[in-house]
Amino acid sequence: MNTELSGVILTFLLTVLLAYPLGMYIAKVFSGERTILDFMKPVERLIYRISGVNPSEGMDWKQFLKAMLTINLLWFVYAFFMFLFQGHLPLNPDGNPDMTPDLSFNSAVSFITNTNWQNYSGETGVTYLTQLFVITFLQFVSAATGIACLVAMFNGLKHKTTNNLGNFWQILTVTTTRILLPICIVIAVLLSFNGTPASYDGKDAFIGLQGDTVQVSRGPAAGMIAIKHLGTNGGGWYNANSAHPLENPNYFTNMLEVIAQVLIPMSLLFALGFYIKRRKFANVIFGIMTLGMLCLVIPTIITEIHGNPEIARMGISQATGAMEGKEVRFGPAASGYWSIVTTIISTGSVNSMHDSSMALSGLMQMLGMLVNGFYGGCGVGFLNYFIYIIIAVFISGLMVGRTPEFMGHKVEAREVKIAALVTLLSAFIIKGGLAIACYTLLHYSNADWAFKPSGWLNNSGFHGFSEMMYAVTSANANNGSAFAGLTGNNIFWNALLGIAIILGRYLPIIGPIAIIGLMAKKKYVPDSAGTLKVDSITFGAMTFGVILIITALSYFPPLVLGPIAEYLSMHH
Amino acid sequence: MKKHLLPSLMLTIVFVVICGGLYPLLISGISKFVPGSGKGETLMVNGKVVGYANEGQKFTLDKYFWSRPSAVGYNAAGSGGSNKGPSDSAYLKQVQANIDTFMVHNPTVKKEDIPADLVTASGSGLDPDISVQGALIQVNRIAKERKLAPEQMLALVNAHVEKPLLGMFGPEKVNVLKLNIVLDELKK
Repeated sequence: MNTELSGVILTFLLTVLLAYPLGMYIAKVFSGERTILDFMKPVERLIYRISGVNPSEGMDWKQFLKAMLTINLLWFVYAFFMFLFQGHLPLNPDGNPDMTPDLSFNSAVSFITNTNWQNYSGETGVTYLTQLFVITFLQFVSAATGIACLVAMFNGLKHKTTNNLGNFWQILTVTTTRILLPICIVIAVLLSFNGTPASYDGKDAFIGLQGDTVQVSRGPAAGMIAIKHLGTNGGGWYNANSAHPLENPNYFTNMLEVIAQVLIPMSLLFALGFYIKRRKFANVIFGIMTLGMLCLVIPTIITEIHGNPEIARMGISQATGAMEGKEVRFGPAASGYWSIVTTIISTGSVNSMHDSSMALSGLMQMLGMLVNGFYGGCGVGFLNYFIYIIIAVFISGLMVGRTPEFMGHKVEAREVKIAALVTLLSAFIIKGGLAIACYTLLHYSNADWAFKPSGWLNNSGFHGFSEMMYAVTSANANNGSAFAGLTGNNIFWNALLGIAIILGRYLPIIGPIAIIGLMAKKKYVPDSAGTLKVDSITFGAMTFGVILIITALSYFPPLVLGPIAEYLSMHH
Repeated sequence: MKKHLLPSLMLTIVFVVICGGLYPLLISGISKFVPGSGKGETLMVNGKVVGYANEGQKFTLDKYFWSRPSAVGYNAAGSGGSNKGPSDSAYLKQVQANIDTFMVHNPTVKKEDIPADLVTASGSGLDPDISVQGALIQVNRIAKERKLAPEQMLALVNAHVEKPLLGMFGPEKVNVLKLNIVLDELKK
């Protein structure tokens, strides 16, 4: 068989093979059972003592959210000022400048929310200090925040009736010390053995074979690249992200990085099954999510291997597939696979430039972010999927004409209202943001701004529209990947995307936690003959149907104007 | 809020130190033992660094194997791709121009043998590799330029083909810089 396809298949199989035992381990960590990393206990006790945290003190859903939001606000303030003054601070061997206030705002928001949208270039826009002490730090704790919120949901589902969703600070701490840090150390060491830099030296310079003087950006990148994937963050050390040959040196590291980004979202599903002792429920969801992923991956890989029809018309060979924006060492199959994985997972790192993907692949990438729940980001992926579940429970209840239950708790008007609002919110942010951008471009394209809107787009026609749609979609989904031709570093896009990111992060976390908090407080209703079987394949298919319908109804019009129109114009 | 502020502040400080300080230091320390000691692996000619093994550089002279087009001119301190969509007319003109240039410098090559990677820009602008086909179709030009036998050149390219991972996973490729360094040594 073709070595490129076998590489993709092996990558996926290895992911599942690693995610299953990791899920078992994660369930043990959060239920306080013995694990092999118990030697971390003294470190954790020290952290609790310094911070004045009582790890066994439970929180109800409101306290939990308050603790989460307070620390996130603190991180924002810290990150904003660090970016703003980075040029004047130490650990800046390349002499990179301060960020402007609007760029600081956008970057701070982007990293506290696990988004990692970057309106700067890694080589020139940040310093080693901000790369490590702001970005790497936030890549750990923003991932841990998402996971902590999911564990709160686990706790709500596990107990028959409870107010206690766990202690946010305790979960945040053990997520970092027991899960993220140990795995990251392994990944980072493997990366550095394959050629990713890890030393603190600044730029190097040499004279190449043809006599050109070349400057080379380096830096302590390996550690950041490990957590960037494991924590589904996605922000690159270098501008070209994981297409950069130092950030992703060979096919092995490519497999490592793409496995790392799916690992935790997938293993959290298995962990759910072990933790609440409903393995079948988790397995069915895993099946549905995998089906969703395949629906997006297969057309993308086929299209990319097939090559660009416009270039085929020029009469050259398409044996290596569509290669614009791609690296030879990965090829079109692994690049196509990565582009879907990174968009369904909310990582947003890239090993090829999505802006240069074929029109159909661009459509699939956007669909991945619009659904945002096939595996999904660290923790938040399942929270998003949970909203679809609640809608499916509600519709099922309407069909049989009784108040539906989910795992022994009645789902009533309040919960359904919250779920509906969260669903509508995404459509509102994406289409609202896109409308503002299009209106501004159309009516103020030559406005007297520091950066004129007429300079925003790198592509003409339908693809130019896709660049803007991709940006707001990526911001709302907290994804961070881009059709990077869009010039985003100006006040308009820094502000618009920053606001979309904030709304797209916190409301879809607050909603599900509120639902689970409200439900968990209710009286437990034991299973009866009329109970909706949420771990059946029928209910899984029902949820899949809900996802299809909501996505199609919400986003079909803008998708037609962008990638679908481009596809049709190329295949006339 | 007030009750939450102090633990939040202290936890933040602790994790900034652990994740931003200690963790990268640990990785940096371990990387002292890898090739290139964590600074990136370099290639030397006559005791001088001529490039990074993993990073492509610009090759446009007829006597060298050409690298792929780069949207950033192989600037290793400012990576990036063209970010051009597949149907953009200005972009398609650029590709056509790349094909024409290649044909002019390689008159013996048939157009349908040119692989797409040789006329399209990579994602990083620093792609160190070209496809095997991309190297093979340059053999005649270089053999003529350097007055070497094409058979000798073919053998050289074949010796530098990097096989897929474990022979089974991923594409085959040729590292342009490594090949060109050997090419220069051949002349002596």
